Amino acid sequence: MFSFDTFLDLPLIWFGLIAAAIFLYVLLDGFDLGVGILFPFAPSEQCRDRMMNSIAPFWDGNETWLVLSGGGLFAAFPLAYSILMPALYIPVTCMLLGLIFRGVAFEFRFKAHRSRGIWDYSFHFGSLAAALMQGMILGAFVQGIAVEGRSFGGSPLDWLNAYSVMTGIALIFGYALLGATWLVMKTDGIAQVWARKCAAYVLGLVGLFLVVVSISMPMMDERIQNLWFSSPNLFRLLPVPLLTIFFFGLIWSDLHRGHETRPFFLGIGVFLTGYIGLGVSLWPWLVPFEVTFRQAAAAGPTQSLLLVGTVILLPVVLTYTAYCYYIFRGKASHESTY
Amino acid sequence: MFDGLDPVLLSRIQFAFTISFHILFPAFTIGLASWLAVLEWRWLRTGNPVYAEVYRMWVKIFAVTFGMGVVSGVVMSFQLGTNWSVFSDRAGNVLGPLLGFEVLTAFFLEASFLGVMLFGWNRVSPRMHFSATVIVAVGTLISAFWILSANSWMQTPQGFAVAKDGLFYPSNWLQIIFNPSFPFRFVHMVTAAYLTTAFVVAGVGAFYLWRSIYLRHARVMLGMAMIMAIFVAPVQLLLGDMHGLNTLEHQPTKVAAIEGLWETERGAPLRLFGWPDQEHEITRYAIEIPRLSSLILTHSLDGEVKGLKHWPRNERPPVAAVFWSFRIMVGIGILMIVTGLSGLVLFLRKRLFDTRWFQYWCMALTPAGFLAVLAGWLVTEVGRQPYIIQGYMRTADAGSPLLSTPVAMSLTAFIVTYSFVFGAGTYYILKLIANGPDTEDDAYGSHGVKQPPLITTLGSEKGGRHV
Ligand code: HDD
Ligand code: HEM
Ligand code: HEM
Repeated sequence: MFSFDTFLDLPLIWFGLIAAAIFLYVLLDGFDLGVGILFPFAPSEQCRDRMMNSIAPFWDGNETWLVLSGGGLFAAFPLAYSILMPALYIPVTCMLLGLIFRGVAFEFRFKAHRSRGIWDYSFHFGSLAAALMQGMILGAFVQGIAVEGRSFGGSPLDWLNAYSVMTGIALIFGYALLGATWLVMKTDGIAQVWARKCAAYVLGLVGLFLVVVSISMPMMDERIQNLWFSSPNLFRLLPVPLLTIFFFGLIWSDLHRGHETRPFFLGIGVFLTGYIGLGVSLWPWLVPFEVTFRQAAAAGPTQSLLLVGTVILLPVVLTYTAYCYYIFRGKASHESTY
Repeated sequence: MFDGLDPVLLSRIQFAFTISFHILFPAFTIGLASWLAVLEWRWLRTGNPVYAEVYRMWVKIFAVTFGMGVVSGVVMSFQLGTNWSVFSDRAGNVLGPLLGFEVLTAFFLEASFLGVMLFGWNRVSPRMHFSATVIVAVGTLISAFWILSANSWMQTPQGFAVAKDGLFYPSNWLQIIFNPSFPFRFVHMVTAAYLTTAFVVAGVGAFYLWRSIYLRHARVMLGMAMIMAIFVAPVQLLLGDMHGLNTLEHQPTKVAAIEGLWETERGAPLRLFGWPDQEHEITRYAIEIPRLSSLILTHSLDGEVKGLKHWPRNERPPVAAVFWSFRIMVGIGILMIVTGLSGLVLFLRKRLFDTRWFQYWCMALTPAGFLAVLAGWLVTEVGRQPYIIQGYMRTADAGSPLLSTPVAMSLTAFIVTYSFVFGAGTYYILKLIANGPDTEDDAYGSHGVKQPPLITTLGSEKGGRHV
């Protein structure tokens, strides 16, 4: 049986790969869900058609990153998967139900006649529920998971508290920011003007929540506090918050000066710095604060086989994903296209 | 509130419910994707617009079904962890890569090129569009490859070792992927998907012929579906037989349950019908054909077939469900063969497209494939019980440490959601069928559009409202 664990740090590589997959999911489905969150507030039916068309060719591919994150966690860190999923049973189930309502709306909406309104709301509330649940999962995750032996050892409602509600709402606004800046890029006319206004409005709220999370994280756990505020680290990590502030300023001015594409990528920048900050705080836990990524790692041969496959396949996947985005470049129209 | 209920039992019901819904969609999309590829190829080759119109109609149905397949599939991939965490923990080393590769080799491919297939008509060349259709079709087959490999490994596990910590460790990947039941299950399932699609298409074609509408399109549909039924339905019988023989070798309890056979016998009869009574270990009211079971299973008139009593009670699956599901599946298989034969005879007499009773017959068989697929999976999965990994891990030991209440609530939520959402999906599919293909005159002419845009239709034309 081949295994590379004698000369490669497989668990570390896989930790990086899974983290990257989750991040890509958050970005890609983030703007989809964001569009869904903003959906009912659009100024006209025509705008809504355009919003839908701007993401219709992509949402399925974007959601596949979630399947990859879940499946990848199962494959590379089965122990973490089998502790986290039962621990998060209710929010994961609610997220899945939300994703069902959101996903079918793409097809049903254009087929429906009188019942179109149902699918507009199914799209909106599905996106909203999925975003809220993902944020709450994050909140529950950073507060730590109870473990007993190789299983979840807490109770079904451990994930539910004021803090996780706060992170849930924060993520809703975070996704709304991605969605709004995406629309600034992919639409024009009144839709774009409206999206710009939304983005500027949401930006402030995202900033507020980011400050709250940044302050509360170190206060929750001493280890995180020591990590950020001990002397060499403080200076090494300082670029993270500084960059965040810089991105915020730039988005704000871009939105008012009429840039079309840059705000979206700066929004990604905000998510990236936030994600790095989170990663630094939680390192090396995969089930905070009980199981590290090394303890949860699958057997050497398993991770090796997966690595061979991933090294070959992931570049291919990324290439054709980029190709598909390229095919559908430019502004979205409001007409149904097939 | 639900304390009396066993959470593992609830999880089993939930898993069975959600996957039964899920499998209906792949069973249709696997076949439909391949058929659409053939249609587009015929159209590019012949330039005959009928093919394009049929494609345009069915690609919408495909999109709706595919969307439902995706959302119900995402649920499946998380349920392994939420409801079967002990199983995930112990078998993760072996099954993880198979499911991971399914995502990397199939799901991304399907999802990305589905976008091109649906929305790319005016943005890529016809050749590139055709490639996208083919890629999606191949993607569905790759997906079936990996998931069936994973499922088959649970039926006939090999290429691993169980360590002291109770975890399964892989020792030979090729043995794991190409485990003994996998080749049979893969071809049987793909064939099942093709047949399912063929009978839906045949039913719709027959419906149009019966109503005397869209005649040119209906002939393409019914004709192509009959080619499938004539050639592939009999093949399915052979494949199923081989599949069963393989099962006899590796899961003899399942076969004993299929046969409703309690005593180990030489020259065992084939029970056509009967009522297996688990309690009293007997199959009542059996209608039997002497020795046929031995003949089929051992290819000798007095070969020995092991009965259920050979195994202790707690090693036996629920017999009645397996017994009856199997008969439903095989019964439908035989109806499909009969359909193919009748179609052939009518075709030779040049009456295929105007025989009333045959149109009713085909319309009645529209849902037959779905029923057979569900029945087949019931045989497979219930027949494997009480094991989740045959011979190594019991289903009862595989569940997550959950309380009953959340599982009862999620089960209820899934039932309500699926009924509503997939009910609506079915309604839209029926509406698309009722709308029929857009022929050039009524779709574009009235709009003053000079040239039919390749395969775009103004979706707002029939369904949506005009802005
Ligand atoms: C259109 C669908 C369809 C049709 C017409 C048939 N089957 Fe089937 N059958 C399935 C759809 C299916 C299925 C849903 O695809 C299953 C479940 C798992 C699998 O691989 O195929 C299955 C399982 C299955 C099994 C259980 C094997 C196991 O997993 O242990 C056997 C023995 C057969 N089939 C045999 C037959 C025979 C003898 C048929 C005669 C006509 C037949 N099938 C028609
Ligand atoms: C797609 C069609 C399938 C259907 C309709 C189906 C149906 C079922 C049913 C009815 C059960 C319950 C058996 C019982 O309780 O006696 C079951 C069990 C199970 N099946 Fe399948 N199955 C399918 C495919 C798969 C595949 C592909 C996998 C693996 C990747 C799988 C994994 C399981 C697991 C983990 C269980 C144990 C849980 C339980 O007993 O309910 N199944 N399945
Ligand atoms: C436990 C069993 C199963 C799991 C966990 C599972 C998981 C999934 C997931 C996550 C998706 C969505 C992928 C996307 O985002 O595009 C999906 C779709 C799909 N699955 Fe399954 N699946 C299971 C059983 C099966 C079986 C038995 C088959 C067929 C043989 C199958 C064939 C497909 C196909 C062809 C798709 C593509 C979308 C569609 O048209 O439905 N799956 N599945």
